Amino acid sequence: MTADWRPRADLRQLRQRARLLAAIREFFAKREVLEVETPLLCRATGTDPNLDFFSSQFHSPPQNPTLFLQTSPEFAMKRLLAAGSGSIYQICKAFRNGEAGRMHNPEFTILEWYRVGFTLPQLMDEVAELLLGLLGPALQVVRTDYRRLFERHTGLDALVFDRPAYRQHAESRGYPEADALCGGDHALWLDFLFSHCVQRSMPADTICLLHDYPAVQSSLACLHPEDTRVAQRFEVFVNGIELGNGFFELSDADEQEARFDREIALRRRQALPEVAKDRLFLDALRSGLPECSGVAIGLDRLLMIAEGRGAIAEVLAFPIGNA
Amino acid sequence: MATYSTNEFKGGLKIMLDNDPCSIIENEFVKPGKGQAFNRVKIRNLKTGRVIERTFKSGDTVEGADVVDKDMQYLYNDGEFWHFMVPDTFEQYQADKNAVGETIKWLKEQDMCILTLWNDSPLSVTPPNFVELSITETDPGLKGDTSGGGGKPATLETGAVVRVPLFVQIGEMIRVDTRTGEYVSRVKE
Repeated sequence: MTADWRPRADLRQLRQRARLLAAIREFFAKREVLEVETPLLCRATGTDPNLDFFSSQFHSPPQNPTLFLQTSPEFAMKRLLAAGSGSIYQICKAFRNGEAGRMHNPEFTILEWYRVGFTLPQLMDEVAELLLGLLGPALQVVRTDYRRLFERHTGLDALVFDRPAYRQHAESRGYPEADALCGGDHALWLDFLFSHCVQRSMPADTICLLHDYPAVQSSLACLHPEDTRVAQRFEVFVNGIELGNGFFELSDADEQEARFDREIALRRRQALPEVAKDRLFLDALRSGLPECSGVAIGLDRLLMIAEGRGAIAEVLAFPIGNA
Repeated sequence: MATYSTNEFKGGLKIMLDNDPCSIIENEFVKPGKGQAFNRVKIRNLKTGRVIERTFKSGDTVEGADVVDKDMQYLYNDGEFWHFMVPDTFEQYQADKNAVGETIKWLKEQDMCILTLWNDSPLSVTPPNFVELSITETDPGLKGDTSGGGGKPATLETGAVVRVPLFVQIGEMIRVDTRTGEYVSRVKE
């Protein structure tokens, strides 16, 4: 017998997690945001080439369809929104294949919520309010736009792809491999430079709300109506740890379908597993998604930060290594 | 040689990088929620000893390096090469100046050490963490000084120079930590 049967998180972590969940539910109850549940096991999944999924076979003849463990509850929750649910939140598990490390566990807990009628700045206010309530009022809240922060730390313009300048900066920071790795892919360069040169320099004890992401990283966000070089997307970081991602939600079904098609084509080029577009989600958008903003927060990382832990495994009862 | 994907990376794995054999020290998985996954890896170049950081796209593969550690006995130096032997098989290896580096100053003939072989030729030599060697030269200390504070240089039988307490004398055997090059204690014979 080994000691592997024992939980990794100590009892204190388990209690803190229970307290965190209770505080979150109270926060949303006060605001009359409805708690919902959607399936973990789904008939469709996202097309994002950067998200690898777990799939399974449903024994239901004759099709025996493939079912996917959700990478996020986004599509299902938007179907509820389109059906007139009003503002909703969910605390659930999400699954991302291949993601394991100090900050990642392939099965993790998400808090995701949507606010009907909220602009993105309003949702950012709410995120800050929630986090200050959970992490303590001593934290500083900083809002900045992506382009400004990126420029401050790199001297580069995130919106204008200038490969020689990007390469030169990466070399000067000790990353000569960046050019071969990122090539002519602007979004990939931004991922590289941001995670190596910006994120690592973020200040401690600070909630950083980073908004106006470059359009090449718009994901499921609307582009900015006045400046289409940026998307109405924000991310929240605490002490340099990425905690969540929010959008002013794209509700244009045709634009959404075009983004799916682009990602499916990219998947093919990269020889990644084929996925089909989520038809039910697209139908929901066609029937009309109310104007809303939504955000997802990684609760295990939030607990890590609240408890001053250095690795996600320390706050999980049974991380993937002894799940 | 096998190839390894980034998700097989872990401390101690030997890979080829820029045509040199390297050992992975630390591997960190880095992934923005909506972006590309990277592996940020700390790597030691086994030829130069230098540690560098290198980022890979997750899922990329690299060639493994045929690097193995073997316990061997140091035999002798012929003026150009240092000769070692695997005690069980009597198999012999000769290592050049680059491979033995600074290590040789801790080894006397018959001592055991670890040879790191790359494609079956010596890449580096690692001494035991502790060695016991006798002092061939040092200033006579003051009688009765047992403080150990200050100390003095002493030359050992292998040529290495370490700082020893003032009371330690020529001919005495001492124990040295080869990782720090520091005197540990006297050894009673």
